[in-house]
Amino acid sequence: MNVVDSLATSLRADVSAPLLEVEQLKMHYPVARGMTERLARRPQRFVHAVDGVSFSVAPGEMLALVGESGCGKTTTAQAVLRMLKPTAGAVRFEGTDLSTLSQRKMRPLRRRLQMIYQDPYESLDPRFRVRQTIEEPMLIHGIGGSAKDRRQKAIEALERVGLTPAELYLDRYPHGMSGGQRQRVAIAASLVLDPVLLIADEPVSMLDVSVRAGVLSLLDGLRRQRDMGILMITHDLATASHFADRIAVMYLGRIVETGPIKEVIRNPQHPYTKALLSVVPQRDPRKMVKPLILTGEIPSPIDLPTGCRFRTRCPMAEERCGQIDPELRTAVAAKGDDHAVACLLA
Amino acid sequence: MSLLEVRDLHVWFELPNGTELHAVQGVSFDLDHGERLGLVGESGCGKTTTILALMGLFPPSVSVAGEVIVNGENILGKGESLIRDYRWKELAMVFQGAMNALNPLMTVGRQIVEPMELHGIASGAAARKRAGELLEMVGIAASGADRYPHEFSGGMRQRASIAMGLACQPKILLADEPTTALDVMVQAQILELLVGLSNELGLALILVTHDLPVVAQVCERAAVMYAGKIIENGTTEDLYHRPRHPYTRLLFATTPDLYDDDDVISIPGVPPRLDRQIVGCPFQPRCDSAFERCSSEQPALKSLDVGHSAACHLNDVPVSVTAKPESSPRNGQALDAVDGSDDGS
Repeated sequence: MNVVDSLATSLRADVSAPLLEVEQLKMHYPVARGMTERLARRPQRFVHAVDGVSFSVAPGEMLALVGESGCGKTTTAQAVLRMLKPTAGAVRFEGTDLSTLSQRKMRPLRRRLQMIYQDPYESLDPRFRVRQTIEEPMLIHGIGGSAKDRRQKAIEALERVGLTPAELYLDRYPHGMSGGQRQRVAIAASLVLDPVLLIADEPVSMLDVSVRAGVLSLLDGLRRQRDMGILMITHDLATASHFADRIAVMYLGRIVETGPIKEVIRNPQHPYTKALLSVVPQRDPRKMVKPLILTGEIPSPIDLPTGCRFRTRCPMAEERCGQIDPELRTAVAAKGDDHAVACLLA
Repeated sequence: MSLLEVRDLHVWFELPNGTELHAVQGVSFDLDHGERLGLVGESGCGKTTTILALMGLFPPSVSVAGEVIVNGENILGKGESLIRDYRWKELAMVFQGAMNALNPLMTVGRQIVEPMELHGIASGAAARKRAGELLEMVGIAASGADRYPHEFSGGMRQRASIAMGLACQPKILLADEPTTALDVMVQAQILELLVGLSNELGLALILVTHDLPVVAQVCERAAVMYAGKIIENGTTEDLYHRPRHPYTRLLFATTPDLYDDDDVISIPGVPPRLDRQIVGCPFQPRCDSAFERCSSEQPALKSLDVGHSAACHLNDVPVSVTAKPESSPRNGQALDAVDGSDDGS
């Protein structure tokens, strides 16, 4: 651990040193048992929400974590932020393992690790003026100096997220603002703490199409200009392909494919990634791709399929897929060794 | 004769302060048997209001004017008594978030039987049998009729609400954002189902959505709405490859595409308020190609080609700025996507 610590400090200037390193993260929830099950001494069962996930985010990098509902992407984010205590695995943020840290020791780190939520209609307090929403985090962390300084910081944050002139917005309430403006206020409130890592959970899915690009470009600009790392959780592959550097595709609590985003989109190796990409509707009516529609739904994360967990829906599954649980390794047909896939057939 | 003709449809909502909000401002379109039409635009452009008006589902405080002609008869003409005969039997609707609007205390089958009994289509055992058939048609086992909504996943509940819409064998299905809250894979399953139903049953479909790629892949034609009006109407292919209104072009450019690396943009500004008189073109303040005439004169929807019409003054200018043949729809002036352009007031 000490080696990692010192490495992280000495390599801080190096862009490739990871800001966040998640290793074999597991998040299992016990399933509630009824009286009869207890009396019958049935074994305790678990929901395998996240089941051995590893990835990293470097400063200035945007990683897209994609997958369907229930694949574990939001749980992963919550475990990274220590809103949940992971069952197993490590979450190293700037070299410190957060997974075993106490909440008290976690607190100063939270400043540098901020979250943007999906729904700006719910994440902002309706009774708070914009100024209060943005100053609140500074008060909680005891930073920002005098009231005048805090106001100045709030103004700077608003300008950074493109709400200019800031004075026009300071005293407004969320209800008078559009979805795009609210999401910008939420981003401004996290920026006043000078975070180095942002976790954005579906940051634009609740917004109108005409303003989505603006919010995404804002996040994109922040990571480029301020070297912020961004973990973007999304189910929208087209958006991910435009803004992220790398992608990790999750299925049933595991990463099944990961690599540079363009490479994964142009040269997908896992049958699940191929299917997901094929169902993304394209803008051009002439480009009608035959969608590879998977039937059924994601199996229960309580009783996982044996072997490969995708095999129950996989169009290519063979007998051995039921016996061997494939590990994430460099794909045979990959163009670089940073393109990894968890499939026996790829 | 078209299956459905909508002529100069207007909807006004009365606001608490006594003023009126003109939500739909003279919408006209046709729909043929088995045709799939997309109704697209940003939130608040009047797309949902339009189809609710077709269903006659407004309280008396909302004023509706214009004609909705089904089988040669104006169903708006005689009020509720006439519309009742058409609702669900000719025109049926799958509501936005319908999958979350099923009655949790009633079995799914019972909820499909209810409209049949109400409209005298079938009752008793015959209705129950048909409910089972309808469920199978949307890809749920007939035994699902005895189950409750909470036992279904989101995708299955959406299938069930489509089955409910089809209970009285309508010729037209109005679907309001049918896939918005669903995952991509489930969305693909539901869209495949809707396209299949429209092909097999000859069902005409109006798909209301803000998701242009969905419309591009599902519908032959689309009407783009802005501020309560249709501003462009044409085949989806024309709209994408030969847009004749800057709004259509910009709307496509806001949508990222998997295999296209062009920058995605945002459209600056917000749509105008509909409780005030709009002078000039409603899109003029946000338009990247506006000129003097746009701020004084409201453009009318004009037919430009067979099956392609648009409401934009640029189409009167000899060399059109909006339509460069075979080019991508992003050919307008580059908009600065980074600034805080989604500014309201």
